Amino acid sequence: MELTLSILIGFMIIGAIFAIHAKDLLSAVITAGIVGYSLVIAFLLLKAPDLAIVQIVIETVTLVIMVAVVLDSTRDELKFKNDYKSFTNITLSIIFAAVLLFFFVQAISELNLFGEHTLRMAESYVNGAAEKTGSVNLVTGVLFDFRGYDTLGEATILFAAALGVLTILRIQAKK
Amino acid sequence: MIVFILCFILFLVGLYGLITRRNLIKIVISLSIMEFSVFLFLVLIGYIDAGVAPIVDLSLSDQIYVDPLPQAMVLTAIVIGLATTAMLLAIAIRLYRKYKTFDIREINQLRG
Amino acid sequence: MKGMSIIVKKVTQLISGIIFMYGIYIITHGHLTPGGGFAGGAIIAGAYILLILAFGSDAVNLRSKEKGSSLIESLAIFIVLLLAVFALFMGAKIFFANYLPKGQLGEIISAGAIPLYNIFIGIEVAAAIITIFLALVIFKEEAKK
Repeated sequence: MELTLSILIGFMIIGAIFAIHAKDLLSAVITAGIVGYSLVIAFLLLKAPDLAIVQIVIETVTLVIMVAVVLDSTRDELKFKNDYKSFTNITLSIIFAAVLLFFFVQAISELNLFGEHTLRMAESYVNGAAEKTGSVNLVTGVLFDFRGYDTLGEATILFAAALGVLTILRIQAKK
Repeated sequence: MIVFILCFILFLVGLYGLITRRNLIKIVISLSIMEFSVFLFLVLIGYIDAGVAPIVDLSLSDQIYVDPLPQAMVLTAIVIGLATTAMLLAIAIRLYRKYKTFDIREINQLRG
Repeated sequence: MKGMSIIVKKVTQLISGIIFMYGIYIITHGHLTPGGGFAGGAIIAGAYILLILAFGSDAVNLRSKEKGSSLIESLAIFIVLLLAVFALFMGAKIFFANYLPKGQLGEIISAGAIPLYNIFIGIEVAAAIITIFLALVIFKEEAKK
């Protein structure tokens, strides 16, 4: 299981590196779809079918919107400017990433090993949840009964995003 | 534990793309890659060996279920990620219509 | 944008009805099988987006559709709030509580008010995604003229 997941995440890393360095914008957008669809396979391997359904549909909608944005504009990536600022940016970001990786390796030595998670916080949610909420699907029961406020907040965020897009892309009629 | 380190390397690749690229669409793609790595890390923490998906089966008892709490968190987060990406793309279209370029340094200098 | 060829149009007419029915199935069985309100709402939005892409924006009056979807989205989230406030008066007198009787486990009419929440949040998510997509398409059409 760990070997399969490692190969899958390695595949995602290769796709991400290619998407950032692609010369053509349309290739970059399509390669970024690799990361999204591999995430669906990873969710199915980790026994999370709810998340797999949501992720595959929303990834398709995001790809369609991005291709619609890119196709009507210039499609070529800009030339690499060999000036002082670009080199300092790249060097600083690599040093920063190495420091973050070192601290991360120190921090995860405190976690449980992969696959040996103890249900410390979820004990009171999982025991008897099917009788308390009445729903056989535990994720829906947690999402709508125990944690209803978060679901209300998410519906509000989606509503606000639709309003925001309508406001930004408004065409004023010329008088 | 090597799975956690690989997941963090994906996050760092997205961070590198966010800092060094000048094209707006590449910046949006890097932000999306960073979000995906966080979703994967949250679901990886909650996995239990020999556990099944969290749908209660009434005929069997003493069944080990995978932790449902991180899955509920990530379900909310995926939809919020779509909302953020849609708003960023709307701003990018507007900027392109006005300045005719996607380069952030040239937009910084034009400033019409 | 122009529509696609006639084979694509005919196949889309046949398939988008099946996708719509599948979305409704996932929403209403949200408390029995994996899925729920968000997944079903995204699937229904996908069916409408498929129709708009296959027939082109010349065959559809986009502005009236956008007005309709904004209206449905606002009404759906208003009804969710009404259901949540209604819980203040019945049963345990807590906001957003689960107050209808919980039937037998595993039946389709069970789990209190969870199926009602699923249905209206599904409608809201579908209408929001359709509104975002239509706003982008209208902006590109207007600027091309």
